[in-house]
Amino acid sequence: MKGSANGMRALRGGASRYSIFALARNALSYHENWQKAWRSPEPKPEYDVIIVGGGGHGLATAYYLASVHGVRNIAVVEKGWIGGGNTGRNTTIIRSNYLWDESAGIYEHALKLWEGMSQELNFNVMFSQRGVLTLAHSEHELKEMRRRVEAIRLNGIDSEVMSPAQIKQLVPIIDTNPGIRYPVMGGFIQRRGGTARHDAVAWGYARAADDLGVDIIQNCEVTGILRDGGKVTGIETSRGTIKAKKVGVVTAGHSGVVASMAGLNLPIDSRPLQALVSEPIKPCIDTVVMSNAVHMYISQSDKGELVFGAGVDSYNSYSQRGSIPTVESLLAAAVELYPIVSRLRVLRTWGGIVDTCPDASPIISKTPVDGLYFNCGWGTGGFKATPGSGHVFADLIARDEPNAIAAPFSLKRFETGYLIDEHGAAGVAH
Amino acid sequence: MLHITCPWCGPRDDNEFHYGGEAHILRPATPEKLSDGEWAEYLFLRQNAKGPFLERWSHSAGCRQWFNVVRNTATDEIIEIYPMGALPKSAEGIKAYEGNWRRQSAAEKNAKAGVSGT
Ligand SMILES: Cc1cc2nc3c(=O)[nH]c(=O)nc-3n(C[C@H](O)[C@H](O)[C@H](O)COP(=O)(O)OP(=O)(O)OC[C@H]3O[C@@H](n4cnc5c(N)ncnc54)[C@H](O)[C@@H]3O)c2cc1C
Ligand SMILES: [Zn+2]
Repeated sequence: MKGSANGMRALRGGASRYSIFALARNALSYHENWQKAWRSPEPKPEYDVIIVGGGGHGLATAYYLASVHGVRNIAVVEKGWIGGGNTGRNTTIIRSNYLWDESAGIYEHALKLWEGMSQELNFNVMFSQRGVLTLAHSEHELKEMRRRVEAIRLNGIDSEVMSPAQIKQLVPIIDTNPGIRYPVMGGFIQRRGGTARHDAVAWGYARAADDLGVDIIQNCEVTGILRDGGKVTGIETSRGTIKAKKVGVVTAGHSGVVASMAGLNLPIDSRPLQALVSEPIKPCIDTVVMSNAVHMYISQSDKGELVFGAGVDSYNSYSQRGSIPTVESLLAAAVELYPIVSRLRVLRTWGGIVDTCPDASPIISKTPVDGLYFNCGWGTGGFKATPGSGHVFADLIARDEPNAIAAPFSLKRFETGYLIDEHGAAGVAH
Repeated sequence: MLHITCPWCGPRDDNEFHYGGEAHILRPATPEKLSDGEWAEYLFLRQNAKGPFLERWSHSAGCRQWFNVVRNTATDEIIEIYPMGALPKSAEGIKAYEGNWRRQSAAEKNAKAGVSGT
C-alpha cells in the first residue's frame, strides 16, 4: 500500500523526550515538571475532520490523517479520557492469522505497522512478539486447524502446527495429560504475534498526533450529528457545536448510539466482554495461549499478573460489567488446563462493551450521509488492528474512497451478501 | 449477573437462559418484493438500544419456553416480562416498541401486509 507513514518521522523533529538524562533531571524536581504529552485545547469552532472517539483506532486515524495525508485541522473528540474504552480494557493480543484473504489483508497490514510502531511514534508501546499459540482439543479442531494453517501461509503469513509434545516444551505449565476433559491434541502458532502495552498505544498516537497539530478534546461527549441535505456539517457536543467538513466515527461499543444520531442503523449488537488478572507471580508463561473450545486465553503481563480473557457475554448491554457465570467458566477451564493457577487469587475483573457484527468482521465504511464515515464492528478483537485500522480509515476519509484493504469491509456487504465470516477463526476470536 | 424471572419457573440465574436478541422482528411475507437493502434491514440491522430494549429469552436449562423481556441495557434492570406474541405494557416498553426504527421499515410493513401469496 502507498503512503507508508515512516517517512513522516522527520516531520516531527523526532527528539527523544524520554531518556535516562531526562529521567535524572526530572528526579531532581520530584517528577513534578514533566512536560505534558499532549495539549488540552478548547474546541475550535470548525475543523476539516472530526474523529469521534479517542480510543486507539480514533487516535491512530487522526495521526495518519495528519502524517500521511497532510490534513492539519483535525480534532479527536472523546467523551471520557483517551484510551478509557476498550483500548484500555483489552488483553492486548496481537496476531494476523485469520482465515479469509480480506481479513489477512487488514490484520497483516496492522501487524507490519506494529513492527515499526515504537520507532515511528518515538514511544515505547512494548510490542512483544512472544508468539500466539491456539490449541485444538478435538479431532475435528485439529483437521480444521491444519486447513487454516495452510490458508494463512498461502497469504504469506507465518503459521506453524505444533504437536502436544512441542506445546508442553513451550508452555511447561500446561497439562497435556490426554485424560482431561478437553485434552490438548495439538495447536498452531504465529510466532510474530504477541502483545503490546495498550495504554502506551493510545498515548503514543495521541502525543504524535498532537505534535502534528491534532486537537485532542477529552470530556466532550458527542450528542448529535449535524447534517444539511444529506451532508454532514458538524457535531453537537456537551461543550457546544463544532462544525466539520468530515466526521469519522470510531466509538466501538457505542457505535449504534452514535449512528442513531445520524438516523443510521447498523448490523451491530453491543455486548460485555470480560477479562481478569491474577495476583502477580514469577514468570511462568512467555507466550500467549488461546483455546477456542473452552473460551479462555492466557498470557503473563510484565508485572507478573496472569491475564485471562473470556468469551463474550450472551446478551446486549452497555453496563460495562459482565456476568459472573462467564468468569466462572473461564476459571474452570483455566484451572483444568493450567493446574498451578488453582491457588492464585484473582486481583481484579472488568468488562468492556464490544461491538459485535454478524460476520465477526469490522465495518470500515462510507455511509449514506456524505462526509460521514464509520469504523466499528471490531467486536472482541480490534486492538490488534489498531494501526492498520487507523491507517486505512484515514485513507478512506481523506480520499472519500476505500483502498483495496478497506473496500471489502464496507457496510454494503450486508446488502450484497459478501460477508467475511470470521466466526471462530483461529482463536477465541481475539 | 442477571436474575431473570421465568414466567413458569420463577427467578433463576442468567446462565440457565439462552438469549434470543431483539424481539418483534417480523419475517417479511413476500421477500421477493423487497430490495436487497430492505431485506438487509430485516436480516442484519439491529436496534441495539442503550436504555429500555425489547428482547427474547428462552429458559433453555429449565422449562425451555420462550418469552419477551423489557430490560434497560444501560443498567441491566429488568422492567417487564411478557409472553411471546404479545406487546409490552410498561411505559418504557411501549415507548421502546414504538420508537424503534423498525416499525417504519419496509420489511416490517411487508410482513404486516399479510401472508405470502405462496
Ligand atoms: C476485555 C476485552 C478484551 C479484549 N481483548 C482483545 C485482545 O486480546 N486483542 C484484540 O485485538 N482485541 C481485544 N479486544 C477488543 C478491542 O479492545 C477493541 O476491538 C478495540 O479496542 C476497539 O478500539 P477502539 O479504539 O475503537 O475502541 P475504544 O477504545 O472503546 O474507543 C472508543 C471511544 O469512543 C468513545 N465514545 C463513545 N461514545 C462517544 C460519544 N458519544 N462521544 C465521544 N466519544 C465517545 C469512548 O469513550 C471510547 O473511548 C478486547 C476487548 C475487551 C473489552
Ligand atoms: Zn422456565
